Amino acid sequence: MTDLSVSVSSANGPVPQVTLPEAAPKVTARGLNFYYGEHHALKDINLTLGTHRVTAFIGPSGCGKSTLLRIFNRMYDLYPGQRATGQLLLDQTNVLDPKLDLNLLRARVGMVFQKPTPFPMTIYENIAFGIRLYEKISKSEMDGRVEKALRGGALWNEVKDKLNASGLSLSGGQQQRLCIARTVAVRPEVILFDEPCSALDPISTAKIEELIQELAEDYTIAIVTHNMQQAARVSDKTAFMYLGELVEFDDTNKIFTSPSDRRTQDYITGRFG
Amino acid sequence: MNPIYASRRRNDVIIRMLCLAAALFGVTWLALILFTLFYNGLAGLNLAVFAQDTPPPGSTDGGLRNAIIGSIIMTVIGVGIGAPLGLFAGTYLAEYGKHDKLTSVIRFINDILLSAPSIIIGLFIYGAIVVPMGGFSAFAGCLALAVIVIPVVVRTTEDMLGLVPNPLREAASALGLPRSLVIRRIAYRAARAGLITGVLLATARVAGETAPLLFTALSNQFFSLDLTKTMANLPVTINNFVQSPYVYWKQLAWSGALLITLTVLALNIGARILGAERTSK
Repeated sequence: MTDLSVSVSSANGPVPQVTLPEAAPKVTARGLNFYYGEHHALKDINLTLGTHRVTAFIGPSGCGKSTLLRIFNRMYDLYPGQRATGQLLLDQTNVLDPKLDLNLLRARVGMVFQKPTPFPMTIYENIAFGIRLYEKISKSEMDGRVEKALRGGALWNEVKDKLNASGLSLSGGQQQRLCIARTVAVRPEVILFDEPCSALDPISTAKIEELIQELAEDYTIAIVTHNMQQAARVSDKTAFMYLGELVEFDDTNKIFTSPSDRRTQDYITGRFG
Repeated sequence: MNPIYASRRRNDVIIRMLCLAAALFGVTWLALILFTLFYNGLAGLNLAVFAQDTPPPGSTDGGLRNAIIGSIIMTVIGVGIGAPLGLFAGTYLAEYGKHDKLTSVIRFINDILLSAPSIIIGLFIYGAIVVPMGGFSAFAGCLALAVIVIPVVVRTTEDMLGLVPNPLREAASALGLPRSLVIRRIAYRAARAGLITGVLLATARVAGETAPLLFTALSNQFFSLDLTKTMANLPVTINNFVQSPYVYWKQLAWSGALLITLTVLALNIGARILGAERTSK
């Protein structure tokens, strides 16, 4: 691994060298707690995801970063015994409202998972399937939307001649970009990435990182990553979590150059984690 | 050579020989059964078997048409009733009720039903349907077969849906799909080959069942499509003909047995091919 400060300062393009102006809050957590049954997994989390900003979550395994991400789209609701308390707002919507329509929430907050999860259908259908959930459009319109989504996922040029091939026939990196395209296709406002590159090779990883930065022009992005260089490369803000607590949340630049908490410093310099 | 290696090598050879012998022992009987069946069954297999109904005592012509048609009808209706019920129940166990206490109870009872001797199921339908309705009927036979199909399909459905990776369900949910669509459009689709395999295996299982039909549909010497009356079927016909003193009947029984075996073989091979497709994906 290269010197961390070098990799930050020489990172290509979008990594800010100066503090970005504060963006309008998109997602706001206040006093957020989370429980797996009796286990208190997240403790009093307060943070804000800025609109059209990339926020990275880093921290050692089990620190609760994925758990936090799965609250943003209420993914934890699929499993009994998991509950969140406190306040979580998406714009003005109370995400934790038990009466909230989860399907509409998830239409607004998309998610890309650690392992690529293409649906067992054609590449075209993988994209069209999600669009059809929300919109009734003609075949030609659908063709356009599918192309746009696949371009958005930086996959169009590789698959335009085999749209009817199975989504499962693609390589791992292509599958992950298909999943991103599928998520983009339903026009969410926020996209959550849960370690999207941990199952991919370096070239695929670079493509996905580039894509994430492009997507930030239109979407608010949260990304959980084990890879600190990745957080430094793609994000505007970084949250360091440890043992269920949000230890430090600041501009990515600041976190990686002059963190204010000792634990953050120890983690990013590789002393533990 | 090191004495430890020598003894390991010797043990390896002994165990391998034992395993091979056991495998050969099992396969030998299967081969013998198939050989006898083909040897005796092929001789009598001609067009008349499919074109003519079961002969009266002493006659030396006639076939198995009514029994073949009856078996097809009852198997199709039995699977038609049992397979959807099994699919729904299996879906409940694997998807909706995954974290319920009720699920483990249902699974336990289903496993008991799965290994229940089919004659018990025949007797149950006899007591529950045949006696109250005042007589044997093909419909009772269909129900008995359905009761055998249900636990098989419940089990395979639950197992096959269990193989669908959870991240796939999460990904579908994350896209905003309601639960029912996640199951119908994603989980069923991912498990499709396995689900069909389960139904095929259940069909193969009931195609040769004799005991439950003996107490329900009984048999019929004549051609009948009436579900409220007794209906001829291959297994019971074979059972009756084998015990008869007539050479020609015994010949027909061999042909019938061969037909059932070929059907079951075809269903199993079909299930295998589907299974192979599933794993190659």
